[in-house]
Amino acid sequence: MNFTALPLLDQSILLLAALVLFTSFALLAQTRLTAAIHTFAWQGAMVAAVTALVARTSAAPHLYLSAALTLGLKTIFIPWLLHRLVRRLELEREVEQLRRPALLLLTGAALVVFSYWVVLPIERLGGGATRSTLAISLAVVLIGLWMLAGRRQVVAQVLGFMSMENGLFLAAVGATRGMPLVVELGVGFDVLVATILFGVFFFHISESIDSLDVDRLDRLKEEEPL
Amino acid sequence: MADLLNPWGWLAVALQALLFLAGAPLLTGWIRRLKARLQNRRGPSPLQPARDLLRLFGKEAMVPHSASLVFRAAPYIVFGSTLAAVCTVPLFELALPSAAMADMIVLVGFLALGRFFLALAGMDVGSSFGGMGSSREMLVSALAEPAMLMAVFTLAMSAHSTNLATVAEYNLAQGLVLRPSYLFALLGLILVAVAETGRIPVDNPATHLELTMIHEAMILEYSGRHLALMEWAAQLKLMLYATLIANLFLPWGLATSAAPGDLALGLATVVLKLAGLGMAVAVSESVLAKMRLFRVPNYLDLAFVLTLLGLLSHIILETTP
Repeated sequence: MNFTALPLLDQSILLLAALVLFTSFALLAQTRLTAAIHTFAWQGAMVAAVTALVARTSAAPHLYLSAALTLGLKTIFIPWLLHRLVRRLELEREVEQLRRPALLLLTGAALVVFSYWVVLPIERLGGGATRSTLAISLAVVLIGLWMLAGRRQVVAQVLGFMSMENGLFLAAVGATRGMPLVVELGVGFDVLVATILFGVFFFHISESIDSLDVDRLDRLKEEEPL
Repeated sequence: MADLLNPWGWLAVALQALLFLAGAPLLTGWIRRLKARLQNRRGPSPLQPARDLLRLFGKEAMVPHSASLVFRAAPYIVFGSTLAAVCTVPLFELALPSAAMADMIVLVGFLALGRFFLALAGMDVGSSFGGMGSSREMLVSALAEPAMLMAVFTLAMSAHSTNLATVAEYNLAQGLVLRPSYLFALLGLILVAVAETGRIPVDNPATHLELTMIHEAMILEYSGRHLALMEWAAQLKLMLYATLIANLFLPWGLATSAAPGDLALGLATVVLKLAGLGMAVAVSESVLAKMRLFRVPNYLDLAFVLTLLGLLSHIILETTP
């Protein structure tokens, strides 16, 4: 497969997939909560665009429905919900201090290399131009996981978790033209419920420790150490 | 590939160098004019930087007592290395013997040579501002250079050459291809260019505030023709990066033959492209605020990650395993 020989639509699918990966990196390094939520919304929009384009190129009309679902859920509804939560917890101007931003980003780059290495045998089997998005989606999943591990802010961790789901969805779309619709609806519903539950947890955490920094959950004592 | 012994080719190189020399103050003046318009001022004419240079050349050059030979030699070395770097970048024609001789790594090397002497000159007088400026410049360039080289390698992997003219020719020949790697390399290179040419948000070219200036701090002790050469070199560098971005990523219109029609078209398109880029610079500088110096490493990390992603996406998405 020569890249220049691909039709323009396939090229734009790959371009958008690369942009999804970039938004993952942007999420990883974004310390302002509101901007991070916006970045997450953009990621959802790009995943939806990839889905719609794959639906177009592979003539799989059920994917249009998944694209619409992704757009509605991950670009509009969940970001809106998170925005509302952030507003109600008065965290709009919250800036998380990253301990080592460069290390965070470079580990992300290492994860991309790792996922490429893992996916290489699968790509060798062939299966169309969009098969090479598999490495990208695995990288998005791993970076989401790394975000859960490397960030301390609860909202940022939730965004990492959600972007993992974006990566899984991208993998399904790129490699096998999407999951069955029932599974997709189920996952979408799961994500929705998860967001609402997370919202409840935000309130509980912020009520009990007066902050959304999960590192402070480590302390077992009631009183603050001197 | 150009013939190295063809005298007409070298004539084209000389013509291009002259165009760069004349165009660099114009580009700076154009950006200043647009910025003034965006701030609701009328602003000086785009010719003003050129007039300033002329006037500076007529003035006496003062040299501090504590200055050594390095201080006197640095403006000539900085200007000379920037001029040599400019010659390797095809401006409106591809078949340049100088572009065939030197590739992108040589270009980065020329710029590094100029920067080295600029930093030395800043420290030479022993004033605190100069030293501060030099240390900041080194901080910025140590982080920007790897990102620049990564962007260069990303382009080279697609075109299978590090030669600027070959890369531009390859991009011109393949037409519209939506390469993810090019997008990332372009974004990374723009960030690097902003940092290297000392524009907002990394450095403010219009300020003389002690705590924030980088480039101005190093050339604070210069006057007369020395200052003129330093300023001219900085303007050349701005035009060099603008040309690099315009001609590598939007190569349409570049002249591939020496026919007069092609050359005129190449010249007209490159003027349009540079004017457009100047507009983009003016708008972004009016919108953005200068960032704190300690945020600059984060900014350049982003540039590095972008170019690294460009490299990786070339391997992952654009080649068959």
